[in-house]
Amino acid sequence: MKPRSKLNLDYNLVEKAREIAKKIANDTQKFIDKHSTVSIERTICRLLGIDGIDEFGVPLPNVVVDHIHKSDLLNNGIALYLGNAILHTNNSPQNIAEKVSQGQLNLTEFPLKEISEIKEVLFSITQKNLDIIERNKQQREDMINEYGEKTEPLIYLIVATGNIFEDMVQAQAAARQGADVIAVIRSTGQSLLDYVPYGSTTEGFGGTYATQENFRLMRSALDEVSEEEGRYIRLTNYCSGLCMPEIAAMGAFERVDMMLNDALYGILFRDINMQRTMIDQYFSRMINAYAGVIINTGEDNYLTTDDAYEAAHTVFASQFINEQFAKLAGLKQEQMGLGHAFEMDPDLENGFVFELAQAQMAREIFPSAPLKYMPPTKYMTGNIFKGHVQDALFNMITILTNQRIHLLGMLTEAIHTPFMSDRALSIENARYIFKNMKNLGDELEFKKDGMIQKRAGEVLNNAVNLLMNIEKEGLFKTIEKGIFAQIKRPIDGGKGLDGVFLKSKDYINPFLELMSRELQLGGNI
Amino acid sequence: MGGGLYFTEKKDFDKNLDLTKIKPYGDTMNDGKIQVSFTLPVNDGEKAIYAALELANKMGIEYPSVAYHTPLDKGFTYFVMYGSLRHSIDFTRIKIESVEVELMTLEEIDSYIKTNFDRKVIVLGATTGTDAHTVGIDAIMNRKGFAGHYGLERFEMIEAYNLGSQVSNEAFVKKAIELKADVLLVSQTVTQKDIHVKNLTNLVDLLEAEEIRDKVILICGGPRISNELAKELGYDAGFGPNTFSEHVATFFVKELYDRKSK
Repeated sequence: MKPRSKLNLDYNLVEKAREIAKKIANDTQKFIDKHSTVSIERTICRLLGIDGIDEFGVPLPNVVVDHIHKSDLLNNGIALYLGNAILHTNNSPQNIAEKVSQGQLNLTEFPLKEISEIKEVLFSITQKNLDIIERNKQQREDMINEYGEKTEPLIYLIVATGNIFEDMVQAQAAARQGADVIAVIRSTGQSLLDYVPYGSTTEGFGGTYATQENFRLMRSALDEVSEEEGRYIRLTNYCSGLCMPEIAAMGAFERVDMMLNDALYGILFRDINMQRTMIDQYFSRMINAYAGVIINTGEDNYLTTDDAYEAAHTVFASQFINEQFAKLAGLKQEQMGLGHAFEMDPDLENGFVFELAQAQMAREIFPSAPLKYMPPTKYMTGNIFKGHVQDALFNMITILTNQRIHLLGMLTEAIHTPFMSDRALSIENARYIFKNMKNLGDELEFKKDGMIQKRAGEVLNNAVNLLMNIEKEGLFKTIEKGIFAQIKRPIDGGKGLDGVFLKSKDYINPFLELMSRELQLGGNI
Repeated sequence: MGGGLYFTEKKDFDKNLDLTKIKPYGDTMNDGKIQVSFTLPVNDGEKAIYAALELANKMGIEYPSVAYHTPLDKGFTYFVMYGSLRHSIDFTRIKIESVEVELMTLEEIDSYIKTNFDRKVIVLGATTGTDAHTVGIDAIMNRKGFAGHYGLERFEMIEAYNLGSQVSNEAFVKKAIELKADVLLVSQTVTQKDIHVKNLTNLVDLLEAEEIRDKVILICGGPRISNELAKELGYDAGFGPNTFSEHVATFFVKELYDRKSK
C-alpha cells in the first residue's frame, strides 16, 4: 500500500534507502550469526524454565552459564550441556540448575550423548515453553478484540517511583485517567547489570527494577483496570542494556506488550560494547517478534544530544537500519514502533513547520509502523507554563500526522518525576487537542514545492547519502566515527565484550531454531 | 475565605515598595498575590474544598480562593488556588554567595589561558554514580555545546575529556590522577531521595583520601545544583540551570590563576 504522498516524496529514493539499509543489516547479520553471548545463553536457561536465585542472590541462569563459561566450553552453547544433563539425570532444567548452584552437579562431567538425542529432549521442552508464550500472545489478541482497539494515538505514560507497589497505584490512576500504555521506567543503572534482579522490588533510583515478578504484578494491576475501563492497557518495559534477550524472555512469559528494543541505543547511550549489543538485539527481537510484542526504537535519543533540525537525517537513516534488523529478527512492520522526537529548538523560526515535515515523512515512509513519538525534553526549562504549550504543539503534530504511540510530555519535565496531577494535566491537554483537531490532518495538503515538501526532500536526500556512507564504511566503523548522536564508540570498547564468544560447530540454540522456523525467517516478510 | 471570580478585597495596604518587607506581586505593590496547586488524597467535594482553604490559611495565604478543583482518581482531588500571602521578607538582610565573575567569551578564555599559563588546561568531566543522563555534561563539554554556546571541546586551550555517564567515583578519581586534570566537572541530573548529594559528597571524600582535593578545581552542575549547595558539599563552585561552558570556564581559569599567584 502506497499512500498518496502529501510531501511529494521520491519513493524511488525511499526504496533505495531501504535497499542500502538492507545491505548494511545483512552485512552485520553475518557477524551476528557466528556469535552468541552470555546473556543469550542465560536467556536459553530462562526459556527452558530456569528461574530463582542461589543463597547469595545470584540468579540461577547466571550460575549455570558461569559454570560452563569457567570450563571454557560455552561456545558449544548452554543448551548442549543442559540437554545432555537431562538425558543423564532425567531431572528438569530447574532441578539441574539448583543442583549446580549447590555444587552437587558438574555439567561438564557427563559423557556427551548423541547430538540428535540431546536435540530431541531439548526441542520437546522448547516447544512446550514456546507454547506458553504463544498462549500469552493469543490472550492479548483476545482481550484487544473483546475491548476493541483504539484508533486514535495511544497515550503512553511513565511511572517511576522505584517501588513496584507504589507504581501499581500510580499506573492504575494514570490508566483510569486515560493512559493506554504504561511504561515502568527502569532503575538508573540497571542497563549495566549483567544479570536481572529477582523478585518484587521496592527500592530503585529514578525508576523500578525490571524483574519478572515486577512484570507479573504490574500486568495484573493493568488487567484489573483494563476490565474496569473496557480498554486494553498495554505494559511497556526495556529490553536494553546487558540483558536484552533475558528481559525479552521474561516479558514474553508475563505478557508485556511493548519493549524498548533498539539495535544501537545501548552502544551509543550506555556505552555497551557494539558487538555484544548487535548479537543480543537479534535474539531479543526474535523473542519479541514471536511474542507479538511491539518494539520501540530509540532514535528520539539522538536528538537529545544532537540538534533536531541538523541531525534529522540521522534519525531516518537509523530508522531504516532498525527496520532491516527488525525484519531479520522476524518482526513485522506492525510491530516496529520506530522512534523520533519533538525536540526542535523553540527559538528556531518555523521549527514547528519543519517538525511537521519530519513527522509526516516518518508516517509516509513507514506506513504500517506504529511510530513512537517522544515529547520535548531537551528544551524544557522548568517554566511549566511554557512547557505546557510546548507539549501542546507536540500533541498537534501527533494528531496531524497520525503518530501511533504518543509519549505524553509533562509540564514538569526537567523538575521531577511526574506527580499524579502532572499526568492528569498532560492527558487533558492531549485529549483536548486530539479531539478538537481530530480530522484536521485529513484536510491538510502541503503546498507543492513549499517549505514542508522541500524540507522532507532534503532530509530524505541526506539520509540516503548517510546510508551510502555507512554502507561503504560498515556499521561498526560508522559508530566508531561518531556519526550517530555525535557519540564515538570503539569496537572493542564499552561494557560486556567479555561476554561475547564464537559459536562452535556443535552449538545449539533450540529456541532460535524453532522460532526462526515459525517466523519463517529467511524469505521476504 | 475566597469570594469567587471577581471578588476584590479592600486594598487598604501600603502600596510603596519597602525592601525590608517584600511580598509577592500580582498587579499592585504588596498585594502578596500567589498561586498554588496541589493534590489532596481525598474525594472531591465540599469537604475537600474546605480542607484546601484551611490548608492555604495555614500556609499564610489570606483570602484564599479555589479557582479550580477536579478529581484525579478515586480518593484524589487537584486544586488550583489563589490568594494573598501574609508573610514578607527583609530583602536587605539576605547575603548570598554566588559565582560572580565577569563572563569571558570563548576567544577571551583561550587568550587568557595563553597569556597566563604555559600549557593547556586539562578538564575532566562525567556524570557520576548511577545517573545515566549526559545532557548536562554534554551541554558543557561537547564541541557542539548547547543553545549556541560551544562546549569546552571547542576551546583551543582546553584539553577536555568527557567520560559520559554512569562513571563510578573511583574510576573518575583514577582518571583524574592519570590525566593530571586541573579541573573536575561532575554532572548530576537525576535525583531521587537525594542520591546526588550522597554521591557528590562521596567524591570529595575519595579525593581527600587520595590527597588531591587541593590540586584540582572541583565543580558540580545540574538542574538541582546551586553554588551554595556545592560549597556546602565541599566543591569550589556549583552551576545550576541556564549556565553554559563560558560560565564554567571563566570561573575555573580565574580560579586557577588565583591559586597560581598565591
